[in-house]
Amino acid sequence: MLIAVGSLAVMGLALGGVLGVAARYLAVEENPIEAELQAMLPGSQCGQCGFVGCAQAAVALAKHEAPVTLCPPGGKALAVALAAKLGIKADLSGVADTGPQLATVAEEICTGCCRCLKVCPTDAIIGAAKQIHNVIREACTGCGACVERCPTEAMTMVPVPITLQHWVWPKPVVAVA
Amino acid sequence: MKDFALMMIGAALVNNVILARFLGLCSFMGVTTRIDTAAGMGLATTFVITVSSMADWAVQHYLLDAYGLGYLRTVTFILVIASAVQFTELTIRKVSPSLFQMLGIYLPLITTNCAVLGVALLLVEGHMSFIGSTLFAFASSLGYSLVMVIFAGLRERLALAQVPRLFAGPPIAFIVASLLAMAFMGFSGISTG
Repeated sequence: MLIAVGSLAVMGLALGGVLGVAARYLAVEENPIEAELQAMLPGSQCGQCGFVGCAQAAVALAKHEAPVTLCPPGGKALAVALAAKLGIKADLSGVADTGPQLATVAEEICTGCCRCLKVCPTDAIIGAAKQIHNVIREACTGCGACVERCPTEAMTMVPVPITLQHWVWPKPVVAVA
Repeated sequence: MKDFALMMIGAALVNNVILARFLGLCSFMGVTTRIDTAAGMGLATTFVITVSSMADWAVQHYLLDAYGLGYLRTVTFILVIASAVQFTELTIRKVSPSLFQMLGIYLPLITTNCAVLGVALLLVEGHMSFIGSTLFAFASSLGYSLVMVIFAGLRERLALAQVPRLFAGPPIAFIVASLLAMAFMGFSGISTG
C-alpha cells in the first residue's frame, strides 16, 4: 500500500519536474500583442484581408507587415482601434466608412438554395432547402461572404437599424484637424 | 540478430498496429488528409511510442514486478505516456510551429491513442528484454507511420477522383482503408511460410 502510493507520487513528481524544466527550456516566445490583436478582429475568418484567417492577419499586423485598414468587416472603427493598439498613425483615406452593416435576406427574391448558409463563417443564416432564409442578427459579423454567393442577389448588406435598445446619445462633433 | 530482424518485420508489417491490430484508428482517419501531416503525426507517434515503451519497460521491471504492483500497470503506463506526449508537444511547438498548427488537437490526443498503450501492454505480455522491447516498439511505430503515409497518399489521390456522391468523403475513405487492410493481410503469409 505504502509502496504503491509512494511510487506513484514519486513518479508523478519526477515526471512533472521534467516537464516543468522542459517547458522552461522549450518555451516559445509569442508576441503577446498577437493574441490581443486577434481578439480585436471579428474572428469570422472571412478571408477578405487576403490572409487565411484572423490569426494570420493578427500575426502580420503585429509585424507591421499589413496595414491596419486590412479588415473590411471591421471598418473604420477597427482600423482606428488597431492603429491605437499598435501605436502607429492610420491612413484612413481608403476606408469608406459605411458604419456597421448586417446581411439581410430579401424574402421575395430568396429561392431557398441554401448556398449562403454554407459560406457563412459564423452560422448566422438559418433556413432549409426551398425555405426562405433569414439572418440571425446577433451572430452576423457583416463579412459579406453571403452577398457574393447568392445567385439571386437576395442578400444585401444594410446598415444596422437604430432601435430604442441601440440608440445612444451622439458624441459632440469634434472639428477634424 | 536474425530473431530481432524477424520480430521487427512481424511487428511492422504482419501484425501492423493499425491494419492488423486495429489500434490508433482515430488518428488514422483524422490526420491522413495530407501526406506531410500524416508523416509528422507518424514521426511524433514513433517518438512517443519508442520513448514511452522504454520507460514503461523500466517501470514494469524495477517497480511493478519488483514490488508486485501489477494492478498499477495501466495507471503508471498512462502517466508515462502522458508525460512523453506533453514533452513531444513542447518540442514540436518549438521546432515546427506549422506542424503544430496542422496536427492541432490530434497531437495531445496521442495520449489517448490506443496504439501507444496497446504496444506497451503487448510488450508486457511478450516478456521481452529491454533491447527487444525497444526494437519491437520502434518497429511497430514505423509500421504505424508507414500505413499513415500510404493512406494519406491514397486519400490525396482520392480527393481528385470522381467518386459517386453517395460515397464521397469519409465512406470512400473507409472503403479504401479496408482494401488497404486486405492488402496488408497478404503479409501474414510471411509468418507461416
